[in-house]
Amino acid sequence: MIELEQVAYSYGGGELLSDVSLRLNPGSFHFLTGPSGAGKTTVLKLCYGELQPTTGRIRAFETDMRALDRDQMALMRRRMGIVHQDCRFLDHLPVADNVALPLTVSGRDFAQESGNLSELLSWVGLSDRADARPPELSGGERQRAALARAVIMSPDIVLADEPTGNVDWDMSQRLLQLLIELNRMGKTVLIATHDLALIRAAKSQVQARVLRISNRRVQLAGADL
Amino acid sequence: MNAIMKLVMGDAQADRVVPPTGFTARLTLFASGAMAFLTVFALALSLASGRLAHRWGEELARSATIRISAPADQMAAQTEAALTVLRQTPGIASARALTDEEQSALLAPWFGADLPLDTLPMPRLIEVVEGYPPFDAQGLRLRLAAEVPGATLDDHTRWRKPLVDAAQSLRRLGWLSILLIGGAMAAMITLAAQAALAANHQVIEVLRLVGARDGYIALAFVRRFTIRAFIGAAVGVSLGLLGVMLLPSASDEGGFLTGLGFQGASWIWPILIPPLGAGMALLSTGAAARRTLRRLS
Ligand SMILES: Nc1ncnc2c1ncn2[C@@H]1O[C@H](COP(=O)(O)OP(=O)(O)OP(=O)(O)O)[C@@H](O)[C@H]1O
Ligand SMILES: [Mg+2]
Repeated sequence: MIELEQVAYSYGGGELLSDVSLRLNPGSFHFLTGPSGAGKTTVLKLCYGELQPTTGRIRAFETDMRALDRDQMALMRRRMGIVHQDCRFLDHLPVADNVALPLTVSGRDFAQESGNLSELLSWVGLSDRADARPPELSGGERQRAALARAVIMSPDIVLADEPTGNVDWDMSQRLLQLLIELNRMGKTVLIATHDLALIRAAKSQVQARVLRISNRRVQLAGADL
Repeated sequence: MNAIMKLVMGDAQADRVVPPTGFTARLTLFASGAMAFLTVFALALSLASGRLAHRWGEELARSATIRISAPADQMAAQTEAALTVLRQTPGIASARALTDEEQSALLAPWFGADLPLDTLPMPRLIEVVEGYPPFDAQGLRLRLAAEVPGATLDDHTRWRKPLVDAAQSLRRLGWLSILLIGGAMAAMITLAAQAALAANHQVIEVLRLVGARDGYIALAFVRRFTIRAFIGAAVGVSLGLLGVMLLPSASDEGGFLTGLGFQGASWIWPILIPPLGAGMALLSTGAAARRTLRRLS
């Protein structure tokens, strides 16, 4: 589904990642962990094409990402659900419209999906905040909205960057359930987090593999996790 | 056609993805309104001076007169010689010597009807109707001087020609102004669109991350600027036409200023201004959007 081959990346200074190879098979469930500043967000950005590797190759859905023009990249992103660590929204639109944004920009009939939309909003506990603007949301509410937006298109793969960073335990379990549910439907999931409790909770329910960034490389974590 | 409908009707949901752009919106409205207003006057000026040039040019009527002053015994011979020269000159439709009766009729208003023409040394007049292409007045004058010493060519064009020329350059100036106004408007709208796009680069980023194509993002901006340019131009044209209509009516004295209004088919021109302005906004915003989106990638 997504494949990194000997990828190196640097933001201009020293190399942040070198010789990273990883492979997310269809239907797999992965966690990506590592200390703050290790490059988790960077790996995710490489996966969805916001950053281009300095060396190495990234393939998504069997195509080399370098070969995609901007329109093809847009079409590829519609098959990916992305939760950004900083939850980027359109601040002038209500939460509901932000959550529905992937539908809007891909020209899907908004009215037809409105049932899904309200169901999704209630799943992430935002039904009563649907008309609020994103700047009026709390950090946790923003993350819930971001997750809802990521999954509304029923994407083939969900890439979530700290999706539970600001929510309480109960809510983080609820959000995790949503992702596990999607995985059971056959979707590929990659969650970047340093919340070990969340990882343990997930491992008791799904076959999840844990990748750890250390020494500028991505490695499979030991069985202790 | 489908594309135009899509542009005009749009997609309410798609429109909202771009936040309202207050300052650039007002700038576009104002610029296109002001430019359309000016265009109405430039148009009125061009059309009026065009009409004037046309009318004056017609009135020159392509006619000239040759006057032959000669002693009575040579009059007939010289008249005949002049007519021969005229027959051989290209660009002359017809030439005819006026009869005595016609000449006395011409003079009657001044000297009375019973003027004894034959006893006075009256010049003979030859009426010349110009053909097309017109004859070369300078060449004809030289030939007449050589062959018919008593002949003088009077082509009324001499004093009217500069007026026609002036009217024509006024018309050209009018059209040039319209082109300049159009260029200035395109430049201003391009700037406004670019400012709006730059101010919204975060919006553009978010849209891209959720899978929006460049065309979709561009259209959201282009639609706005096109609609604004159309509305601004429509208001500007209405005000401009109101101004033109408030000028004294054309019939009064038939002078230049009073002929400034639009007549008949020329009404099509001011009506075309808003759609043309919108078209220009469409093209210039589209180009600005493509440039900016390329740069932001
Ligand atoms: N745009 C950028 N330009 C330069 N350096 C950057 C940029 N983005 C991130 N970095 C640096 O790259 C390193 C890795 O950043 P990244 O965001 O990938 O870390 P992370 O593992 O996601 O950390 P966290 O757990 O805190 O989210 C950090 O040291 C960061 O300062
Ligand atoms: Mg991060």
